Amino acid sequence: MEHALSLFVRTIFADNMVFAFFLGMCSFLAVSKDVKTSLGLGIAVIFVQTITLPINYLLQTQVLEPLGLGYLSFILFIAVIAAITQLVEMIVEKVSPSLYATLGIFLPLIAVNCAIMGGSLFMQQRVGLDPENVKAIANIGDAFAFAIGSGLGWLMAIVCLAGIREKMEYNDVPKPLQGIGITFITVGLMAMAFMCFSGLDI
Amino acid sequence: MALAQKTKEAFLGPLNVNNPVLVQILGICSALAVTVQLKPALVMGISVTIIVALSNVVISLIRKSIPMRIRIIVQLVVVAALVTIVSEILKAFAYDVAMQLSVYIGLIITNCILMGRLEAFAMTNNVKDSLLDGLGNGFGYAIILVIVAFVRELLGSGKLLGFQIIPDSWYVANGGCYENCGMMLMPAMALILVGCVIWAHRSINEEKK
Repeated sequence: MEHALSLFVRTIFADNMVFAFFLGMCSFLAVSKDVKTSLGLGIAVIFVQTITLPINYLLQTQVLEPLGLGYLSFILFIAVIAAITQLVEMIVEKVSPSLYATLGIFLPLIAVNCAIMGGSLFMQQRVGLDPENVKAIANIGDAFAFAIGSGLGWLMAIVCLAGIREKMEYNDVPKPLQGIGITFITVGLMAMAFMCFSGLDI
Repeated sequence: MALAQKTKEAFLGPLNVNNPVLVQILGICSALAVTVQLKPALVMGISVTIIVALSNVVISLIRKSIPMRIRIIVQLVVVAALVTIVSEILKAFAYDVAMQLSVYIGLIITNCILMGRLEAFAMTNNVKDSLLDGLGNGFGYAIILVIVAFVRELLGSGKLLGFQIIPDSWYVANGGCYENCGMMLMPAMALILVGCVIWAHRSINEEKK
């Protein structure tokens, strides 16, 4: 339990998906124009991540490893992610049309969000680690902690960036740097700030 | 001539004016993560070029028989199969680079350049144009990787492709006055460098107009 908690906090701050590994950058940069939309996308990412990562964990440990089919993991993981996103989209549309109205447009985007696929691939790397290692994912509880933590870290990053970009609307940025150029530099500065968390340990 | 013009545009456009990284802002994740040194960046650029070109060809060949509703899954499976092959080849012939690239090889699957090109180009164009479009986009991506990796490796560790470029005697430890810029090795600098490359690219293209 303590290990899961430590992994959870570490995944949000020190191993932040965006600032430490550059995962989910494309939608991170494209959708972060206002806080409300980015909050919607962030919640969708947490949602899909929390469902797919434990499923992929079980597939990896119960099916692929015992059968020695490790090389099939890419195809299997992406199929699970694409299928789950499609399924989630259909269920949300049926059960809660209002939630669908806010999340709906983002769900297809998530199938190709590298934060989701990256989460599963990092999980695959960390399964075999020494259980004492803070990064190790030793059981299904750890997999959940890692999934929620990475989703939450991503949400936090995109909402922060959206907040900064909303403020930056009024700033006088050199013309060729406007839009995406200055956004990159902003994210760079944010990443520097996040480096302070790298020594974090519980 | 009109046809030849389009074919030429499919290949040359992505290299500069329509660059996938700088203008379309696709495939950023891996572009930033693998550029600490030049060698992994080169390997990554070549791998992506091969995969984009081949998947463009495959999807273009079967484009008329893919049902519209499940096209994303079909595209993902084609790409995942190609990435698996490339990953196994890298593990067999360039093990240390494959380890350095770690999850980012697998992440080529979700590289937005691939999905973007498959959706926007291969689904509606013939095989030859798709191949050229794939090659063009792959090279456009590789160029940016190489530029960023060149600056980061040279300033961050004084080396290029693993060879020492800055003479040893210049370093403070050996009585010189030079120090590597450790900041360049941090993730943050990759973002700032790409920001600067975009800045330069836009300024130059603005002047042309």
